Amino acid sequence: MLEASHLKKSFGELKAVEDVSISAGPGEIVGLLGPNGAGKTTTVSMIAGLTVPDAGEVLVNGAPPRKQQIGLAPQDLALYEELPARENLRLFGALYGLGGRALDEAVKGALELVGLAGRAGGRVSHYSGGMKRRLNLAAALLHDPQVLLLDEPTVGVDPQSRNAIFENLLALKARGKSLIYTTHYMEEAERLCDRLTIVDQGKVMASGAPDELYRLLPAANLVSIDLETPERPLDLGELSGKEGVRTAERVNGVLKVGVTDLARDVPGVLGWLTAHGHSCRHIASERASLESVFLMLTGRSLRDQ
Amino acid sequence: MMTAFFALIRKDILIFLNDRKAVIMTIGVPIIIASFFGYIFDSTEHSDQQSRIPVLLVDEDASAVSRAIAAKLGKEKALDMRPETLANAREAVRKGKAAAALCIPRGFGALAARALFRNEDKPEIAVYQDPTRGAETGMVKGIVTGAVMEAVSQAAMTDAGSVEQALRDAESGRDMPSDVRGPLVELLKGVRKLNAIAAARPGQPAAGGFSVPFTMRDEMVTARNGAVYNSYAHSFAGMAVQFLLFFGIDTGIAMLYMRQRGLWSRLRAAPLGRGTLLASRAASAALISFVILCVMFGFARLVFHVKIENVEGFLVVSAAFSLLTATFGLLIAAVGNTPEASRGIAILAALLAVMLGGAWVPTFIFPRAVQQVTQFIPTRWAVDGLDGVIWRGYGLGAALTPAAGLTLCAALFGLLAVWRFRWNAE
Ligand SMILES: Nc1ncnc2c1ncn2[C@@H]1O[C@H](COP(=O)(O)OP(=O)(O)OP(=O)(O)O)[C@@H](O)[C@H]1O
Ligand SMILES: [Mg+2]
Repeated sequence: MLEASHLKKSFGELKAVEDVSISAGPGEIVGLLGPNGAGKTTTVSMIAGLTVPDAGEVLVNGAPPRKQQIGLAPQDLALYEELPARENLRLFGALYGLGGRALDEAVKGALELVGLAGRAGGRVSHYSGGMKRRLNLAAALLHDPQVLLLDEPTVGVDPQSRNAIFENLLALKARGKSLIYTTHYMEEAERLCDRLTIVDQGKVMASGAPDELYRLLPAANLVSIDLETPERPLDLGELSGKEGVRTAERVNGVLKVGVTDLARDVPGVLGWLTAHGHSCRHIASERASLESVFLMLTGRSLRDQ
Repeated sequence: MMTAFFALIRKDILIFLNDRKAVIMTIGVPIIIASFFGYIFDSTEHSDQQSRIPVLLVDEDASAVSRAIAAKLGKEKALDMRPETLANAREAVRKGKAAAALCIPRGFGALAARALFRNEDKPEIAVYQDPTRGAETGMVKGIVTGAVMEAVSQAAMTDAGSVEQALRDAESGRDMPSDVRGPLVELLKGVRKLNAIAAARPGQPAAGGFSVPFTMRDEMVTARNGAVYNSYAHSFAGMAVQFLLFFGIDTGIAMLYMRQRGLWSRLRAAPLGRGTLLASRAASAALISFVILCVMFGFARLVFHVKIENVEGFLVVSAAFSLLTATFGLLIAAVGNTPEASRGIAILAALLAVMLGGAWVPTFIFPRAVQQVTQFIPTRWAVDGLDGVIWRGYGLGAALTPAAGLTLCAALFGLLAVWRFRWNAE
């Protein structure tokens, strides 16, 4: 059980992490989400003991963590490129005091877990980016830590390797590990994580299971309606006052209506449009995403900034 | 902790061996440069050719005496003497093709023979010299003096005509104080008698005139009688010291680069103390340096016949210098900021130390004041120590002095490095 509470860290004037709390129980994957510069790596560094927090504390099973209890897969690939994968793992295992048969088995197990057993003799510099990422992950597992800190383990990884990594993480979860997983890919987080903490500019914006986060959104679904006569005026105020309609706006001539329940609320909206002499050319609906949660929380989109 | 320590050393060695370029840079390049320097300074290799002093002789006299002088100079091992006309000779000296040119003027033989007994009317040998080759010219003058004395005195005393002429001059007493005249006449008469006796007994040397009353036997003073100084010994010691320092710098810079990479986080996330990390780095670098030293001198032994007179001493000095090199690297890793800037400063420091330590040219060439100062430079202890155990005949005891100095210095560097090294949470 990992509990990090009220972590703070400034670099000079810059408040990289202002007040971040995050926890992960056994068999739990907790996502730490945020855009570039949000303070994810800084938070992970404080948990790993690489950075001393200005305030706050980190506990593993109720006590300050020992390095043996934590496995870190850094965001920057942390591998000796000149050496074969196996030599890398043997070294990192030895750093945690593993030797002899225990080391052999740990290396073998980690290589199998990330699907690199067949290529373990090859130099890392000859590996593909995805293979390096997987090895980077394997290196964090050798000493069988209770807590795993994975800082963007899927950057630059093709979908196939990404799936392989996800399977690895789910296997670790099944073995009762506590995982912290940082990313700025919302769909990854949605798919993998039991709980999520969304950070922006060093602050926690929201935290909870994905379903709980969706509930923060005014509408779980967004219906886009192309009208035959987009130029005809429309009383958006009246529309938003209708039962089940949470939001209503016109964006580039397209009517966007947020509703909670498609089956229950959409017929009412369409009926209201017909009653006001509008006919629909095209209708589409999309499920709210964590992306929209983030947009709502920060007023900014998560990507490309 | 030991597991981690040895795993880190193993890693460093594997990485070093994996990098072909690094291996060539740290072993091949110093061997090549040391071979070159050794060749340049090799006195046995070309003492018969290049290192003879080129001298030109202009014989305007063409007398028996001047020919005798030319013959004697021609036999001199230190000189490469050739006859030349005056104009050509001056030109050759001006162009640096000869160190000096000597001109024996017309009438020199006769005048010199006369002047032998009188302190006046001395003929002149003009010495045209290259101003940049003062030392060599001085040597030439010394050799010429000997040759002229031999030739002139021989002619003056064995040639019957010369003796009679000198006797007549003395008896006529022109320009000569009367108290000198009597004894001189007696002397010359004695010479005439000696010559007559010598002529009656063929095969016996005549009175012979003066000759340099001694000969010199050259012996190089080295470890034991007959152990030959080998300029390759010094050049290999010097270049090994220089390139191992460079190797030390590289290890330090590599650590600075690693600081900027994810690997640093991985190492720091592990239960690894800075003592273990630094000690392992020092140990691996020292081990590699030591092996490089052995390989270099193995090469020198095989190819240039550099024989190490005191093997234990060599191992001790080498080990101490290897430690110094390794901790020098650590110090750079500890105090360095950016790798780029640190590399520049470190290389400058190393080159200065190497130059003042006598790795390029032996320290005895330095001015006295500089020599004094360089006594405090560890690279000098290393170079002198290696020279000492290889050919100067240091015993193990004498080798321990530079080795202890180097080790102390290494310990100091190591402590500074551990103290300054930024490792724990930053
Ligand atoms: N060592 C440091 N010195 C100064 N500023 C730092 C340092 N480390 C991080 N920062 C700053 O702190 C802020 C948070 O950085 P951090 O690396 O934690 O972000 P992140 O969420 O991991 O971003 P990314 O998604 O790009 O990895 C950034 O503005 C960064 O510039
Ligand atoms: Mg980051």
